[in-house]
Amino acid sequence: MALQSNVPAGELSEKWTQYRSSMPLVAPNNKRQLEVIVVGTGLAGGAAAATLGELGYKVKVFTFHDSPRRAHSIAAQGGINAAKNYQNDGDSVYRLFYDTIKGGDYRSREANVHRLAEVSTNIIDQAVAQGVPFAREYGGLLANRSFGGVQVSRTFYARGQTGQQLLLGAYQSLSRQISLGNVQLFNRHEMVDVVIQDGKARGIIARNLLTGKIERHAAHAVVLGTGGYGNVFYLSTNAMNCNVSAAWNAVKRGAYMANPCFTQIHPTCIPVSGEYQSKLTLMSESLRNDGRVWAPKSKEDARLIREGKKTGRELREEERDYFLERRYPAFGNLVPRDVASRAAKVVCDEGHGVSPTGLAVYLDFADAIQRYGKSRASTLNEHNASEARIRELGTAVVAEKYGNLFEMYEKITGENPYVMPMKIYPAVHYTMGGLWVDYNLQTNIPGLFATGEANFSDHGANRLGASALMQGLADGYFVLPYTIGTFLANEIRTPKIDPNGSAFLEAEAQVNERISRLMSIQGNQSVESFHRRLGHYVWDYCGMSRSAEGLAKGRQLIRELRDEFYRDVFVPGRADEYNPELEKAMRVADFLELGELMMVDANNREESCGGHFREEYQTEDGEALRRDDEFAYVAAWEWNDTEPILHKEELVFENVELKTRSYK
Amino acid sequence: MGAAAGAGKVFESQERSTKIIVTMGSENMKLTLKIWRQNNTNAKGRFETYTLDTVNEHMSFLEMLDVLNEQIISSKGEPVAFEHDCREGICGTCSLMINGYPHGPQQGTTTCQLHMRHFKSGDTITIEPWRSAAFPVVKDLVVNRDAFDRIIQAGGYVSVNTGQAQDGNAIAVEKEIANTAMDAATCIGCGACVAACPNASAMLFTAAKVSHLALLPQGEVESPQRAQRMIEQHDAEGFGRCTNITACEAECPKEISVEHIARLNREYLAASIGAVR
Ligand code: SF4
Ligand code: FES
Repeated sequence: MALQSNVPAGELSEKWTQYRSSMPLVAPNNKRQLEVIVVGTGLAGGAAAATLGELGYKVKVFTFHDSPRRAHSIAAQGGINAAKNYQNDGDSVYRLFYDTIKGGDYRSREANVHRLAEVSTNIIDQAVAQGVPFAREYGGLLANRSFGGVQVSRTFYARGQTGQQLLLGAYQSLSRQISLGNVQLFNRHEMVDVVIQDGKARGIIARNLLTGKIERHAAHAVVLGTGGYGNVFYLSTNAMNCNVSAAWNAVKRGAYMANPCFTQIHPTCIPVSGEYQSKLTLMSESLRNDGRVWAPKSKEDARLIREGKKTGRELREEERDYFLERRYPAFGNLVPRDVASRAAKVVCDEGHGVSPTGLAVYLDFADAIQRYGKSRASTLNEHNASEARIRELGTAVVAEKYGNLFEMYEKITGENPYVMPMKIYPAVHYTMGGLWVDYNLQTNIPGLFATGEANFSDHGANRLGASALMQGLADGYFVLPYTIGTFLANEIRTPKIDPNGSAFLEAEAQVNERISRLMSIQGNQSVESFHRRLGHYVWDYCGMSRSAEGLAKGRQLIRELRDEFYRDVFVPGRADEYNPELEKAMRVADFLELGELMMVDANNREESCGGHFREEYQTEDGEALRRDDEFAYVAAWEWNDTEPILHKEELVFENVELKTRSYK
Repeated sequence: MGAAAGAGKVFESQERSTKIIVTMGSENMKLTLKIWRQNNTNAKGRFETYTLDTVNEHMSFLEMLDVLNEQIISSKGEPVAFEHDCREGICGTCSLMINGYPHGPQQGTTTCQLHMRHFKSGDTITIEPWRSAAFPVVKDLVVNRDAFDRIIQAGGYVSVNTGQAQDGNAIAVEKEIANTAMDAATCIGCGACVAACPNASAMLFTAAKVSHLALLPQGEVESPQRAQRMIEQHDAEGFGRCTNITACEAECPKEISVEHIARLNREYLAASIGAVR
């Protein structure tokens, strides 16, 4: 089946406006008859549910959390991009569009990305109106900062808790719709299947996590805003309960998974400290505005530091290698994430790493503290300020900008980052791949939509910092609520969907079977231990660098692990009660299949682009070698347990010229 | 502060000991854990005692519990249920009463951010759920905090629809005001304030939202009504009255100030006397 992107005709910059004004509308009285299920209450799901409620649809919203406010969007630290050009530094919708396409290494769809850049400005307005307390300048106007991969300052932020504040904004709007009766909330409910009836998505099967009861819920359309699949790596910066299951249920019912191998390894995370570790913690990319990344020039120094006989602070300027500034003078510490991560891996692989495991480099604020200290002293007319005073003033400025991040670092590592340079290492953070969707955010299954990180559409092979919040809210507030009308306008004569139809009963029976299979194995190994092993395989063979040989091996190992899982996993407790181990088992079962598909996808993509680095395809100086003539397509996979089937959507670039990405 | 402070419900305890041996790491700590186990909301709870021989000081508190659970599972037992998600102090899911302190002894820290280096070998650690009539126990250490959602639904928002906003810079907001609003807005909805309060009042949580929105021009308009509706809901949920004990502030992991309660009271008063602000 050829994939139809359904991108409207016309000038790139006019497409969305024209399309929006010619889209079929659903009349208010009809909206009240149409039911929509939204799964997930993060930025993409929560914002969509709230807005659909405001528009008059009957909405049911599902979250496996105890409250919609716990969704993982809450953990995003740094900020949200918008082409407001408040700083008058030459920003524009086109520039944000271009930066995103280029940052994504030319593997995303032009029209989607342009629309994203267009609505970015509405998001800021909306959030301010909701009472999101963005950072402000002394004059009372909104403040901005810079993020990686761009040369303008377009990132809006609320301390290091931007995701939290934006999510609470969406949560509050959603709460208002709940209180008005437009949205019905099902918390502690996990979607365990999607129901397809006559070729259209008509509902879901959900498990009530408190009672274990399996429920059938019907609607005219289903929206998945269920986030990314980074936890396939076991260790990631994702919250512990993030999972792929909702999207994977859809894949098992025929939806295509696009570019699953495009995963983002974030350069600045707190390094792994031991086997017991359950998750990794990100240090916001905003830190790279002021922090300088380096490793010891000599391997001898690195060894002494690893053995605790020396500290980074003792190395003189000329003994340090500011490797990002050296390799990429134009962007320096602000190169995109994939580039920064790989560079850190290279220096560590060469033996310059600084933590006991050898897997860490420094992120140093000493210079920033000096610079801010001097500038503050001169503002305060303290022209003869002492070294100590300058440090004090500088530390205060850094604390105001990044205080909570520094505190978090200290809590986890027990080291004071104002004095000792932070140690950082790349970790899995975000997944660009996801359910294939067309311009309307509709999957290849009519009536099934995907928003935010759950879809693949906007970030290509690498996402720029502060763009995840932008995409989640763009999809949720400003795109999906309107594009879903293209489907629902044809459904106004469809009566209420009956949750007792045969498709529902069958799906429910299959879910029950899946659950009893897991419960009846009663093997000897914990769910966690399988997840941990899966994570190792995916990291080793489908992590920061990949090769045909490794990917084949990885696939084989995952296959074997899956067999072992179904032979020997132990799930305690009962199915008809609150049972977090069963929840985990169901998620790990899905990750085992997804992990395999990632290997297949990475093996198929014989080029290096963005976060996908194939060892066989690199330039002489170790940069990614993209192969546009053969691989400028979206790889959308149809699941098949023997051999997944590839469907290609060729990417057409009419407005930007495909160039080798250079940040030098 | 009493470990069983709360809405006056009496929890009976009955002790039983299970020996758990963990083998890992080098600098091991030996701990005795007294953990509240309760099968479901209506079941009677009890403390069970576990000994962990090998805990590493770099572990987080929840990783220590992971190790315990792995061991319980390996002997085919039922793991201790506790809630967590982000494990970085922002989602508000984790909720443990540790040695009588909500989120443990470290100031300004959630349970998930607490690390074992703050304990020493030989310690006995008591772990309980939040105790409050408005937060019924779901299982073991997990409680139901839906009441918080309903308080927000009662009015914790600005009544604006998507697409109705004017330009973000149309109204300037004083930096200091925005900062104070942000201080209040950092509440993570964890419920430690309730667990800490002898009256089991949720006034700090409620005030944090009222104050955040009252401070900003966008939220000020409907502020008195918001305060009134949220307080009514607060009371209807069975949370206790605030009598200015301020234990909430001391235990709040986000260090939300009780000054916000004062602002809430002003808004509430404005609503009850129908004052035009
Ligand atoms: S006020 Fe503090 S203790 Fe209470 S819910 Fe908010 S963050 Fe938790
Ligand atoms: S687990 Fe999220 S705040 Fe503790």
